[in-house]
Amino acid sequence: MQNENKKIPVSEVTSQSDKNQRDKMYNKYVKQMTPKHSWLSNLVRAFIIGGIICVIGQALTNYFGSRGAEKELASSYTSLSLILLSVILTGFGIYPKLAKFAGAGTVVPITGFANSVAAAAIEFKKEGQVFGIGCKIFTIAGPVILYGIFSSWVLGIIYYIVTLVKG
Amino acid sequence: MKNEKKQETGKQRGSQTVYFKNPPVIIGAGSVAGKKEGEGPLGAFFDLIEEDPMCGKETWEEAESALLGKAASLAISNAGLTTKDIRFLVGGDLLGQLIATSFGLENLGIPLLGVYGACSTMGESMAVGSMLVEGGFADKVLAITSSHFAGAEKQFRFPLDYGTQRPLAATWTVTGSGAVVISSKPVKKEGKIAEEEEGLAQVRIKGVTIGKITDFGVKDSMNMGACMAPAACDTIRANLSDLGVQPDYYDKIITGDLGLVGKDILIDLLRNQGYDISSNYMDCGIEIFDPDVQDTHAGGSGCGCSAITLAGYILRKMRKRVWNRILFVPTGALLSTVSFNEGQTVPGIAHAVMLENDV
Repeated sequence: MQNENKKIPVSEVTSQSDKNQRDKMYNKYVKQMTPKHSWLSNLVRAFIIGGIICVIGQALTNYFGSRGAEKELASSYTSLSLILLSVILTGFGIYPKLAKFAGAGTVVPITGFANSVAAAAIEFKKEGQVFGIGCKIFTIAGPVILYGIFSSWVLGIIYYIVTLVKG
Repeated sequence: MKNEKKQETGKQRGSQTVYFKNPPVIIGAGSVAGKKEGEGPLGAFFDLIEEDPMCGKETWEEAESALLGKAASLAISNAGLTTKDIRFLVGGDLLGQLIATSFGLENLGIPLLGVYGACSTMGESMAVGSMLVEGGFADKVLAITSSHFAGAEKQFRFPLDYGTQRPLAATWTVTGSGAVVISSKPVKKEGKIAEEEEGLAQVRIKGVTIGKITDFGVKDSMNMGACMAPAACDTIRANLSDLGVQPDYYDKIITGDLGLVGKDILIDLLRNQGYDISSNYMDCGIEIFDPDVQDTHAGGSGCGCSAITLAGYILRKMRKRVWNRILFVPTGALLSTVSFNEGQTVPGIAHAVMLENDV
């Protein structure tokens, strides 16, 4: 934002004698030369597509509920169905097109997680069952799994201490 | 003092330019492009459009190797030669340890020098090839390179089916392979090729300017144009000052894959150095795709981008004498996934090849 007030001419970059200063200036200069996606339209699109995915999820939950599933079982079925849907759409190359439009709207729901696992599985299948799929299926999802488990462990410890103190 | 000494050999000019006494000739060229490139503005100029992204193979890497093989044989037959006439191959690609090149050119049975200059590889292989030829170490050299969109995405970014938004400054790796045959003198061609080439100009490599690794501290690998523009600026400036000429000495100054962002920065940087190239500047990455229809954002990139644009488009234009003197400057970003993850910057490099028609 602040770049708009003060435009850096390229001469100001090259006239820096110190390399660090020059690099810093150049990065600022590059920032003002580089076009960006409009955050507002990204926001709206993410809201719409992300919302639609959630509505589908809710509809599925209601459906499974109406068929007599308990609340927890219904939501498990919902997750499974959304994952299946995402994996199929990934396999047919439709999910990346959707994601290009929706951005975080398709990344945040469970479908985004499923997409990242399925895409890696498809890509690395050719490198074999062990070193391909086995080693690389979680290249994108891995960090989410690792730090997801880690943070729930930390929260568990905090919860335990709190209950101890409350006694 | 230092410069004077370098110039004594007669072929060295200024600080980093080679100016040949007996400029080698480009006697043949071959370009193989992918489907998307074939649908682009330059589609009609490529020798062969490969509709199948897998080229009938099992993996992206094998597919890229197939592209290289096809480009090599196209260039050799276009030169009116057979494989055994080629003394050395000089080539490389983007995949780790140059696997596309090694598996794609193995069955040619020609001695190989593998080179790596990221997307500037065509400039590097032509520079090395033309110096070998002019120095008398080889009479005919094939300079070649390639890239493949899917292989590059897999190696440098994400699996192809992973859903993500590409930034507007990002470029689209070209699927294709381009090759040229460099010879110490023109060859007599026979039959169909001779008829087709009747009255066309002979393109010579007058000299080359080898580029320096240039790093302005950009870490954004999705904005390669900004990473490479300073390198292109440095090489073009060196070429012009080594020869003591102005930009209008060339009909066109053509960079490899700076794209729309890099183009603006390069023109700006050179203007600041006292050279105005805005009227005769062109970038292969900008020419090869139509960003409005093909959704390629800032333009094309990859070794194949400058290679097929040269072999398919630029050389054809030159031979028809639309352009007579070109400075061809492929640009490369010297990063790996390891250097990127370890927080390193993305340095750039650019090599300039001076192409000129016989009058």
